[in-house]
Amino acid sequence: MSLLSYEFMQRALVAALLTGLAAPAIGTYLVQKRLALLGDGIGHVALTGVALGLLTGQAPLVTAVIVAVAGAAVIELLRLRGRASGDVALALFFYGGIAGGVLLTGLAGGSAATLNGYLFGAITTVSDAELVLVVALTALVLLVGLGLSPQLFAVCQDEEHARVSGLPVAVYSMLVAVLAAVTVTVAMRTVGLLLVSALMVVPVATAQQVARGFRLTLLLAMGIGVVASLAGVWTSFEAGTAPGPTIVLLALLGFAVASPVGGLLRRRRRVHAPFEPAPHGHDVAETHPHVHGPGCGHVAVEHGDHVDYVHDGHRHVPHDDHYDEH
Amino acid sequence: MTGSALHVHDLTVALGGRPVVRRVDLTVRTGEFVTVLGGNGSGKSTLVRAALGLVPATSGEVELLGSPLPRFRDWHRVGYVPQRTSAASGVPATVREVVTSGRLAHRRLLRRLARRDHAAVDAALDAVDLSDRAGDSVAELSGGQQQRVLIARALVTDPDLLVLDEPTAGVDLPHQNLLSEVLESHSARGVAIVLVAHELGPLDRLVDRAVVLRDGRVVFDGSPGDATTTAAPHHHAHGDGTPGGDVLGPGWADRP
Repeated sequence: MSLLSYEFMQRALVAALLTGLAAPAIGTYLVQKRLALLGDGIGHVALTGVALGLLTGQAPLVTAVIVAVAGAAVIELLRLRGRASGDVALALFFYGGIAGGVLLTGLAGGSAATLNGYLFGAITTVSDAELVLVVALTALVLLVGLGLSPQLFAVCQDEEHARVSGLPVAVYSMLVAVLAAVTVTVAMRTVGLLLVSALMVVPVATAQQVARGFRLTLLLAMGIGVVASLAGVWTSFEAGTAPGPTIVLLALLGFAVASPVGGLLRRRRRVHAPFEPAPHGHDVAETHPHVHGPGCGHVAVEHGDHVDYVHDGHRHVPHDDHYDEH
Repeated sequence: MTGSALHVHDLTVALGGRPVVRRVDLTVRTGEFVTVLGGNGSGKSTLVRAALGLVPATSGEVELLGSPLPRFRDWHRVGYVPQRTSAASGVPATVREVVTSGRLAHRRLLRRLARRDHAAVDAALDAVDLSDRAGDSVAELSGGQQQRVLIARALVTDPDLLVLDEPTAGVDLPHQNLLSEVLESHSARGVAIVLVAHELGPLDRLVDRAVVLRDGRVVFDGSPGDATTTAAPHHHAHGDGTPGGDVLGPGWADRP
């Protein structure tokens, strides 16, 4: 493959792979907490971090990590203390972050155009030094996000029950927020701050169309994230499109395909769920020329010790020379 | 105080500056089955939540299983069913996953589930008659089934103190009977049970003692049979006119 012969493309693919793994992993916990937009809020805050880096001459990725982590911690504190509901706390940071970012960039002598690479990603310009930081941060996110998954699951599922299980809920909630901030800054170079939340949420939304359990949703979302990221980079290279938006649109395409499939699966499970065993009177069906049996074309559903054949709202059971209504 | 599973002394809880629980004393002995009754807004839920440290107390003391609440660490000995209408969250989770999360107080960090954890989960699922739904998403279950999932999550820790906050809301009568059998067997094994309710249904016969709260104060503490005669007139004498404010609920008023 020709794209592997370019060093910048090798770095882009590694960065895409890591973002594709980390973003949905932490995104699953955010969606579980019903804080799907936290990634967006942190993304806006990180913009101020980037501008601070431009202003002070430090590496923007480093200052972005610091500011995003601090911002996430404050959002979580506001939420935990009950000072503001999750979504209102987020809204406050959306505005403050983006205003601060644009203001500071202006002071640093740049324009909004300077920020483009951070807002929408510039994966093909990732440097070696940045890649090292991206690898380290992703490893951290994955180790904590997967290693502590029983604890994080319990805290995100039901905070109060988790506290009565003796878990330090505030610590774990803060950990999720901080990991989200780290992930956002990692993904900043791949898909950009404005689109990062898509990679945290869309693969999870896609996975939960077909998965019934948390663990499967988490792993499936990571798989979808990786496929979308790698395919996005490849497509953008071949088609000459911007990598960040290409990745996000591919992820959305995945959702568009999975959604009807999930609907069908849920319907199928519902139709085939066994009926409650309960005593029945003897209610003979009207004359019924059709012969029910395996493969007769009607849905067969378990009902206690026998099988009901479902059609047109009736449940028919063979009995001697006729059918009973169940 | 030894021999008490839960001891609350002079407890006052204010929510948003408004006293909701006022100078309450309550002791639940080991193996005792106590029900906390009261109408909506009587403070019964806040009382147990403060006793578990979920809301801070304004003043007063709480002892859980013999230790002062701030020093209490044996959370694996406490089972809690919070007042919920749903066991689901933003991401699908199977019945087994939710019940397994009730086992966390037994697990060390970064350790896999031990065989006895699996056995406890199987037993808890069996107790609430949901073994055949273990692999299903909780969101796909009916409200009553989700309530049973939450009860299994509390049972799975094998508690010495079980606190249930309106666990039978939305649970049909056959399964209330099932729950009543489960609680009876735990009670017989010496588990202390605190049940917050506004009507008891089939659980009635298990209760050793009823505590009735009204406007944040204990207005009755004694045998459940006497609660109707003692507390109900009190209620009528000082009726606050709030809808659903019947202190003991229809289950009590209708008793012969």
